[in-house]
Amino acid sequence: MEGVGVGSSPRRAVGALTQGGGELEVRGVCKSFGEVQVLRDVSFTVRQGEFVTLLGPSGCGKTTLLRIIAGLEKADSGQVLLSGSPLCGLPANKRPVNTVFQSYALFPHLSVYENVAFGLRSRGMVNGEVDRRVLPSLDMLQLGSFARRYPHQLSGGQKQRVALARALVNEPEVLLLDEPMSALDAKLRAEVQIEIRRLQRRLGKTFILVTHDQDEAMTVSDRVLVMREGRIEQGGEPTEVYEHPVNRFVAEFLGLANLIGARAEDGVLATELGRLMTHQQPTWQRGTLAIRPERVRVWGDEKPPHNAVHVMIRELIFRGDHTDLFVEPGNLRVRVPATAGVRAGQHVWLELPAEHLQVLAD
Amino acid sequence: MFTKPGDTAQLLWNGELTTRGRLYRLGLGLAGGPVLWLGLFLLAPSVVLIALAFAQRGAYGQIEWTATLDNFVRLAGLGGDRWTGDYLLILWRSVWMAIVTTALSLLLSYPLAFFIASRTPRTRYLLLSLVMVPFCTNMVIRTYAWQLLLSRQLPIARLAAMLGFIDAESSLYPSAFAVYLGMVSTFLPFAILPLYTNVERLDWSIVEAAHDLYASRWRVFRHAILPQTIPGLSAAIILTFIPAMGTFVVPDLLGGANYMLVGSLIQQQFGASRNLPFGAAASFALMAMTLAVLFLLRRHGKEAAREG
Repeated sequence: MEGVGVGSSPRRAVGALTQGGGELEVRGVCKSFGEVQVLRDVSFTVRQGEFVTLLGPSGCGKTTLLRIIAGLEKADSGQVLLSGSPLCGLPANKRPVNTVFQSYALFPHLSVYENVAFGLRSRGMVNGEVDRRVLPSLDMLQLGSFARRYPHQLSGGQKQRVALARALVNEPEVLLLDEPMSALDAKLRAEVQIEIRRLQRRLGKTFILVTHDQDEAMTVSDRVLVMREGRIEQGGEPTEVYEHPVNRFVAEFLGLANLIGARAEDGVLATELGRLMTHQQPTWQRGTLAIRPERVRVWGDEKPPHNAVHVMIRELIFRGDHTDLFVEPGNLRVRVPATAGVRAGQHVWLELPAEHLQVLAD
Repeated sequence: MFTKPGDTAQLLWNGELTTRGRLYRLGLGLAGGPVLWLGLFLLAPSVVLIALAFAQRGAYGQIEWTATLDNFVRLAGLGGDRWTGDYLLILWRSVWMAIVTTALSLLLSYPLAFFIASRTPRTRYLLLSLVMVPFCTNMVIRTYAWQLLLSRQLPIARLAAMLGFIDAESSLYPSAFAVYLGMVSTFLPFAILPLYTNVERLDWSIVEAAHDLYASRWRVFRHAILPQTIPGLSAAIILTFIPAMGTFVVPDLLGGANYMLVGSLIQQQFGASRNLPFGAAASFALMAMTLAVLFLLRRHGKEAAREG
């Protein structure tokens, strides 16, 4: 009795919702676990077909946010809207949203084929139809030859592809990925990131990925939302967030940054490295400037016309495709091509180009 | 002393430089105690018991070491002039009662394990201690307590009488109900503990995945919860079924003469009747039946797991 009722209603709900545009809007979501405020008034919109990453350190609330969108957690206040209609009343099994879990959460007693077919069977699809949808999904993720295997017979990468296929076969409006690559080794992870990116482009589906890995965020996403302590600190395209971080946290979390303490004095900025010019005007009296190691220009014996700093190369670290220099004063990190021909102990002139010197908000 | 060529060769074992011979002696030293213990107190008595099952009772209750199948023939009901199913009925009743007890214990402890596991750690340990409390009292005393509780002057029996289950002014024991009540209350902790440890370590992300994949409540249970609790369930079955098969105190005290089980039969033969060989044969039958049921359960469980 109950099985029939529950089995048929999600199909209707999913059918009704798939006709919309597929734009996901999170509006003023707050969530606390006991005393701890995990999400503080989070709002953002994800366009149809966009790949958005929620990036932040552990405990920043990114996973909780994803679980609220999935319907596995209930927001204290605020709304999640898909194509304009609120999702909040719907439990997880009635949302046109599927999740790839961090641990993959495959059903251990079901074969790869049955794992992928699970969502379809839940919605009462008959065998022939299940076959017609599962087989192409398995092929799409190169799992065709593994259909009869069980999860314990698969490698980490294969399990991850099964989890992806299991979610995608349901043709969700939005696919949620909860750190799906954290269990893979570095080399495989880099490959899978590109694969997932291509897959998303090909399917034109909305993907929302949660990760603490900034490389991963920049590799896969159209847009990165950097989170800290339950808030979105900055959102934008990877290049935008990388080149123009708004505060120290974003500058340091996304890639490497040299932070330089500064004081605003009559339109110029006084720092321990001398007076520096920037393209932006600071709003503070005392604050921080940031510059990426690869943006620092090495001039050698010649003094650059602007933002010149004379330094001594204290340490030199060869990294294969580039070399990192640590220089004094300021303990700056400078990234130069591996063939730059500098040596430790050398005194050189550096330029901190004004267009790359970022004025941070704090 | 004679040593094999490999005995003196140096080898690394867990970071320790040693020789093969020394390792063998270490292994023997560690395993020797348990092997000796099991050999003396499990293996040897079992061999004696099996041999005894083929012996005969002498006129004064002494054992006559003959090789005869008489005890088994009698157990099968073919000992007298006509066939009698008395002993077979006792054996069957024991199996059936153990199965029902196990099933009832599982039915009660399964939701209870989930309930306990979902509490805060403090409440969890409090509840687990409550489950364990009956362990601390003697089974005979507990069973007598049930007799008291079920006697005719007390509310439980009165309520049953009011509802028309029993005649007025009669007690609830001896009866099948009383036996099952006593059995289940005795064996419930054996079912709860393994199930609880299993449920406590359940991977809830699989349950969430099932929800996420549109599963109904039944499908969530069938595919995300039940397969994960199979280890706990089989441990619970083994731990309740085996002792339930051999029990005799509870059915004796709460079931009366109509509920004679193989445990009571064995106890009677070794005790009052002084027919040790026949008691040994009954013990042998009990052991064989227990193993057979467990074997069937295991095979069935494996098939169920394979079918998915």
